[in-house]
Amino acid sequence: MRRVVVTGLGVVSALGIGRDAHFEGLREGHCGIAPISRIETDRLMIKIAAEAKAFEGSDYFDRGQLSLFDRVTQMALVAADEAMAQSGLADGDRVDEALGLRTATVIATAMGGLHTQDDNYYAVYHEMKNRVHPFIVPRLMANAPVSQVSMKYGFMGPAWSVATACASSNHAIGQAAGLVRTGLCDAAITGGTESVLCFGGIKAWEGLRVMSKDGCRPFSKTRNGMVLGEGCAILVLEERERAMARGASILGEIAGAGMTADASDIVAPDMRGAARAMTQALTEAGMAADEVDYINAHGTATAINDRTEATAIREVLGPAAEDVLVSSTKSMHGHAIGAAGALEAAAVLFALGEQIVPPTVNHEEPDPEIGLDVVPNEAREAPVRAALSNAFAFGGLNAVIAFRRG
Amino acid sequence: MTDEVAKRIAGIIAEQALVDPDEIKPDTTPDDLGLDSLAIVEVVFGIEEAFDLSVPYNANEPNESDFDIGNFASIVEGVKGLIAQKDAAS
Repeated sequence: MRRVVVTGLGVVSALGIGRDAHFEGLREGHCGIAPISRIETDRLMIKIAAEAKAFEGSDYFDRGQLSLFDRVTQMALVAADEAMAQSGLADGDRVDEALGLRTATVIATAMGGLHTQDDNYYAVYHEMKNRVHPFIVPRLMANAPVSQVSMKYGFMGPAWSVATACASSNHAIGQAAGLVRTGLCDAAITGGTESVLCFGGIKAWEGLRVMSKDGCRPFSKTRNGMVLGEGCAILVLEERERAMARGASILGEIAGAGMTADASDIVAPDMRGAARAMTQALTEAGMAADEVDYINAHGTATAINDRTEATAIREVLGPAAEDVLVSSTKSMHGHAIGAAGALEAAAVLFALGEQIVPPTVNHEEPDPEIGLDVVPNEAREAPVRAALSNAFAFGGLNAVIAFRRG
Repeated sequence: MTDEVAKRIAGIIAEQALVDPDEIKPDTTPDDLGLDSLAIVEVVFGIEEAFDLSVPYNANEPNESDFDIGNFASIVEGVKGLIAQKDAAS
């Protein structure tokens, strides 16, 4: 089997626009969660989120483009630009045709163009308008980010969108890596993009009663729920020999992926499904438990996720769980749902590249039921040879990615 | 082209085609302005919004539609007809 490396990364998150801003936030333990400012919050019960406040589509796109690009597509194109520029795959905007034919585009979004849906349902149901703009469908469709990215750069290989709730990005990255590993493609553009931070989107999440009104405190005894985020991270994956031959800088290796379904409950996590996904990722990567120095946890800060996840980590790593560093960067960039795994892959690439483990911020009090080293509140310099990134979705769908230093 | 309806339609088309409204003549066609099928749908939408009309235009069969988008004059004529129908109905 061929090896798969990451040669480009682009990010938009609550920590800033661009991978450097995201990295700096992770290094400094900056919390991107704040009072919601982009929409009216009068009728919302939950008034905090990790908004990508600085991101305005009109800074990047003209009026005609904006009529076709939902916020998720806007963020995907901006992040893809940054990732492509870093990879050096294209000389100019489009890759050459031979490479384009061998390049996949697999980008996750759990909810698609939710802002577009929300705005236009409002228009037809509330404002009683009898018509909507002609491009609502190409704007809201879940594959719009994939299609716009493939169109822009000329990626003509397999392309699809992935929707598995909070595990969407990890499923996308795992599938994209598989295409390159098996030789079906030579490169793949992958990651995830999401923004559910519109009125209807937040209302839907409020309904579940799993959201915190006051902050995201993963693994802390005082945790009381998740906080929504938004953003996008795009990774350029490449077959390792090819990347090395052209002298590309290698940010890390996608060494393996594990994907499982709990087949039990539509919302409650099952430790066994999570553990099987982690084990599968390690197995595919040929990675021993004690090689894993860092786990970027799913770590949503709900009572049940964090407890279940800690148990799964112990189950899989055995004695090595006592030494592994585990952090939830959702404490900083929020829970970006379908983009979560991609923003967290960016955090893992940061850890592998800088040999600094990003912290779990807002940590107030250890929880004896967790009992892991969750890197509380401050980033830590530590050798990071290999890492896992966990994502466990509603619906019992789990996807775990195993990374190594490039 | 001094009448109000034609002026507003020229404005809508000009906005899509990124040209000056004065460049749009009675025999100007969508092709002349480089308007593709999506842009034409946007023009139809703009007209519907501006005049509060429903334009019977089907992008699948533009030539079979009751609304002739052949050139600027035919579009103006079509819109005027729809306005007259609407006024008669109200």
